[in-house]
Amino acid sequence: MSAPAIFPPTGVDGRPANRTPGKVLLRVEELWKGFGGRDVLRSVAFTVQQGSIFTVLGPSGAGKSVLLKCLANVEQPDSGRIFFDGALLDFNQRSARESFHRRCSFLFQGNALFDSLTAEQNVSLPLEQTTSLGRSEIRRRAVEALEQLELGECGEQFPATLSGGMQKRLALARAIVTRPEMVFFDEPTAGLDPLRRNAVFAMIAKYQLMFGFTALIVTHDVVEALAVSNEVALLHGGGICFGGTPADFAVSTHPVVRSFRDSPEELRSMLVGLRRGEDIRKEEDE
Amino acid sequence: MVAACAIRIPVIGSLGNFALTRVRGLGDFGIFVGISLGAAFSTRRLAGRVIRSIYEQGLRCLPVILIVGLFTGLVLGLQGYYVLNRFGSEGLLGTLVSLSLVREMAPVLAALMLVGQAGSALAAELGIQRNSEQIAALETMGIGSHGYLVTPRLLASLFVFPLQTALFVTVGLWGGSLSGSLLLGVDPGVYWSAVERAVEGKDVRECLLKAVTFGLLTIGICAYQGFHAHRIRQATGARAVSAATTRAVVISCITILAADYAITSFLV
Repeated sequence: MSAPAIFPPTGVDGRPANRTPGKVLLRVEELWKGFGGRDVLRSVAFTVQQGSIFTVLGPSGAGKSVLLKCLANVEQPDSGRIFFDGALLDFNQRSARESFHRRCSFLFQGNALFDSLTAEQNVSLPLEQTTSLGRSEIRRRAVEALEQLELGECGEQFPATLSGGMQKRLALARAIVTRPEMVFFDEPTAGLDPLRRNAVFAMIAKYQLMFGFTALIVTHDVVEALAVSNEVALLHGGGICFGGTPADFAVSTHPVVRSFRDSPEELRSMLVGLRRGEDIRKEEDE
Repeated sequence: MVAACAIRIPVIGSLGNFALTRVRGLGDFGIFVGISLGAAFSTRRLAGRVIRSIYEQGLRCLPVILIVGLFTGLVLGLQGYYVLNRFGSEGLLGTLVSLSLVREMAPVLAALMLVGQAGSALAAELGIQRNSEQIAALETMGIGSHGYLVTPRLLASLFVFPLQTALFVTVGLWGGSLSGSLLLGVDPGVYWSAVERAVEGKDVRECLLKAVTFGLLTIGICAYQGFHAHRIRQATGARAVSAATTRAVVISCITILAADYAITSFLV
């Protein structure tokens, strides 16, 4: 189950991806978060290298989305330290918060697009509200972002009239229009069929290379995630039980990694066993 | 004796909890409105959103304000005429209709209508935006959700509620004239001169003060309930939005009547 990255380490438009090999962009230390007396995250720690795709894997309910929301300041962690570009993040300080939000974007599981705004207005929104750019420049950048994500014809359409894949791309266009250094992806393929899952991961990989941002993805889609990621971590029981490259993940003998990685094969074996048992019973009946 | 104490202590405890929750909620609401009004100084491109909110709150509620205002005036004219007729004072119909409308009925009824139409829509809209993570998305984009979503509505209410109340008064006075003069035979000149003599500057000021206060309170309450729809216990998703909307309307209506009493008792 070897899974090397599917794209070369330079941008698809010829522009080199914004990578400084070995430079840590995000470092998380001892992160704890609980709800109603139950710890969801327990001493979570990992580092994300600049220009890479880092994926946090884990079963549903493992706390992946909570982790991402803590990192993006949607949820307040109970304790722990988050370092961004070497500096300790203190979300209580307005300047730190604003600087972080300028440099990072977040792609929600349900896209979180504004229904009452057109596609172009959705993409323009962060520029309108957080920059002092003129209207013409904002429009130019919004149209450019839409065109880069192959949504040039959909500027005047409302999100509800777009397909699921187009909505996902629109959400990504809104996320990248501010030219962030890091994009957080929360379960980008939740509820999608395998073909669409592949398409979404390919889209993330393609645009990550094109724009050079660092991507942090949380998902439970093992195969697709391993194919596009530079590094993966497995969240289990509230903590990170594995961290390494996709190749390391593929050969790891850690019991949790094995059970998570090999679950499709185990299901297949179980089904084969069930069918065999059924066949034997039928033969005995006959 | 011991058993009686054992029963009383949980009752006192739950009463205390109830009171603390309400006081905490009141403080939280105050902070919410304060942050939202304060955000007026830091939110970009606010004017356009305020104008849109004026349109949403004002123009959409116009038909209902006109209809309710007209019928209120018609009923006041009818009831007033039959009461005054007993004392041979039909000439005071204009005074009765105008003072009833300006001092009490117009600000209260217009506010109740606005809560039913614009307030409930606001609570539901914000509840859905909370549910679909649009509010969280604003925060992650570095956009203040209070400033973007709540401030324009609050500022718009400062214009819309007084304007709609004034419109309610005008239509109501015409309604009173319609039933009093056209149907029951009170001289129009007598009716309108009584209106002119009765209404003083302080009545108009009281009317506008009530309208502004009701506007801030009700839009604040509706926005607060919708914005915090995720905090509602034992309800999530559509049920939470529904519960937030119901709560917003009920609390707003009670608040309007309570605030009306408080303002009137201070000003009379």
